[in-house]
Amino acid sequence: MGNEALSAETTTPLDVDYRAVQQSPEFQTLRRTHRSFVFPVLGACLAWYLAYVLLASYAHDFMSTPVFGSINMAMLLGLAQVVTTFAVTTWYVHFANRRLDPLATEIREEIEADAAAASVTAGVTR
Amino acid sequence: MRPFEAAATSPGDPWLNIAIFGAFVAITMIIVFRASRNNKTASDYYAAGRSFTGGQNGAAIAGDYLSAASFLGIVGAIAVTGYDGFLYSIGFLVAWLVALLLVAELLRNTGRFTMADVLSFRLKQKPVRIAAATTTLVVCFFYLLAQMAGAGGLVSLLLGIGDKVGQGVVITVVGGLMILYVLIGGMKGTTWVQIIKAGLLIAGAAVMTVWVLAINGFSFSTLLDNAVATAGNPAILDPGLKYGVSEIAKLDFLSLGLALVLGTAALPHVLMRFYTVPSAKEARKSVVWAIWLIGIFYVFTLVLGYGAAALIGPEAIAAAPGGANSAAPLLAFELGGPILLGLIAAIAFATILAVVAGLTITAAASFAHDIYASVVKKGRPEAGAEVKVARRTVVVIGIIAIIGGIGANGQNVAFLVALAFAVAASANLPTIVYSLFWKRFTTRGALWSMYGGLASAIILIALSPVVSGTPTSMIPGADFDIVPLSNPGIISIPLAFFLGWLGTVLDKSTEDPAKQSEMEVRSLTGVGAEKAVQH
Repeated sequence: MGNEALSAETTTPLDVDYRAVQQSPEFQTLRRTHRSFVFPVLGACLAWYLAYVLLASYAHDFMSTPVFGSINMAMLLGLAQVVTTFAVTTWYVHFANRRLDPLATEIREEIEADAAAASVTAGVTR
Repeated sequence: MRPFEAAATSPGDPWLNIAIFGAFVAITMIIVFRASRNNKTASDYYAAGRSFTGGQNGAAIAGDYLSAASFLGIVGAIAVTGYDGFLYSIGFLVAWLVALLLVAELLRNTGRFTMADVLSFRLKQKPVRIAAATTTLVVCFFYLLAQMAGAGGLVSLLLGIGDKVGQGVVITVVGGLMILYVLIGGMKGTTWVQIIKAGLLIAGAAVMTVWVLAINGFSFSTLLDNAVATAGNPAILDPGLKYGVSEIAKLDFLSLGLALVLGTAALPHVLMRFYTVPSAKEARKSVVWAIWLIGIFYVFTLVLGYGAAALIGPEAIAAAPGGANSAAPLLAFELGGPILLGLIAAIAFATILAVVAGLTITAAASFAHDIYASVVKKGRPEAGAEVKVARRTVVVIGIIAIIGGIGANGQNVAFLVALAFAVAASANLPTIVYSLFWKRFTTRGALWSMYGGLASAIILIALSPVVSGTPTSMIPGADFDIVPLSNPGIISIPLAFFLGWLGTVLDKSTEDPAKQSEMEVRSLTGVGAEKAVQH
């Protein structure tokens, strides 16, 4: 167990042409899929949060409106922030498992297989 | 009303409090000893051999994140200033979406031990590492100060120790214990302490929440009515009690909100936790677990805060030893007498201990890995030397934390932590985001953004009412509060983003495009990511 632990400290980098991978259509699809989800979703969440903070700061009358008994708009909107955070988390995990992970795994396995093949042809001395 | 009038007398039984806390220390010590037997390499010491599962790490993140600020500070803030205290909770929680969507997985795929690993990946190693290590140490220091300030207040309330010397002794004992945990246990020991603490804290808060609701007929509305009745002020249900008094206060509120939501994904001790799991997928799972645990906990604190306002009253809380920070322990005493107070007090101490341990190992890793091994030894330290340096740094930081804790005053800890968030969001977040997502980003941009963000945040704090000019300032006698904002976020965060952009576009040199390709491919696919250590 000691040797493995030591070798883990100095992982030999894979010999990969990352530029070629980056240009490949598969990777471009993964990059696009990732960005076209995280940027707009995060932007929307931050805008929603900012709207809440601005309301709490500048719309006291609206936030003080009682809705159920003494529970007012401010409480409900605060709890709504919690609910949307949970919902977006669940949504992202679902999306990542279904759309991102298969693409990422495919590219990773291809790279690792190529690197292994290259090191075999280059000989054990490399 | 209970007899809290005599300052610095504990409402409970100090010996009972000490006994319960002692039991917690004994149990966690045994676990830390057992967990630390495999601590050999830097991977073991800093990243717990990357062997924790997503669920375990999620609990540890919750344990790390739900600091004394969240528990004592937010419950106290809601109890005393009403709804405005709840804003902290919302900001602290929504912030996790930044970590989940932008940072956690990409960081896990490209780094090894510290934040600087990622920031310096495709930029010039030496200057970027030094800058990242500097911001890491400063953020950890601010955060440490907040935790130790909480410890001081707790001591006076729980152990009935009023004099400064006695409190100092207790803070020294707590700090000494923390050093021991981190020295022996490394990241593995620290993680287990955090997991146990998260379980106890959330369970304790859940019990108290159900109890408070039961007293109020399981109606949140009735609880709010009772809180208003005891406080004699219906405004505690509305935003603006603390932050609505003037236009500057409103701007301050906005500034605070910005710092909270953007700070989390830039906190070095949170980022470092993502390296303790074997893969990016587990890092994602950790964040999901953390978000659920943290979110549920913050809903509890809303009930507990108004519960404390209803059962004890804001004035009695503000007058108690420890001030607003004592709301949660006082509520525990009101509900379950000395035994529940002892349990909650032990949990609160455990909270401080676990968070301080997490901060200390982060700061030590940053110094030993980024400054010593990567810069001083140019990436080739002698075998075992890096961990040795890390252990020595732990002792030094522990001593600084103890001194800071003794010197720290009775400020609300949630407020102090918010300053740490502002510094993190200003100094770290722009560079993290740019280096992960902006191809053109250069070393100059990173340095301008990190040093500019750090300096502007700290200068703004130094010139704010936090430090001087008001009776509650750190230096009440002096008066150099030129900046009226007590949280610098609204100025320093946009400024740091701007400086990162400006430094890059003015930079004629470009970074190695091959490194950029490698970082982008690795961050999204996990090729060549650090694997778990097999024992």
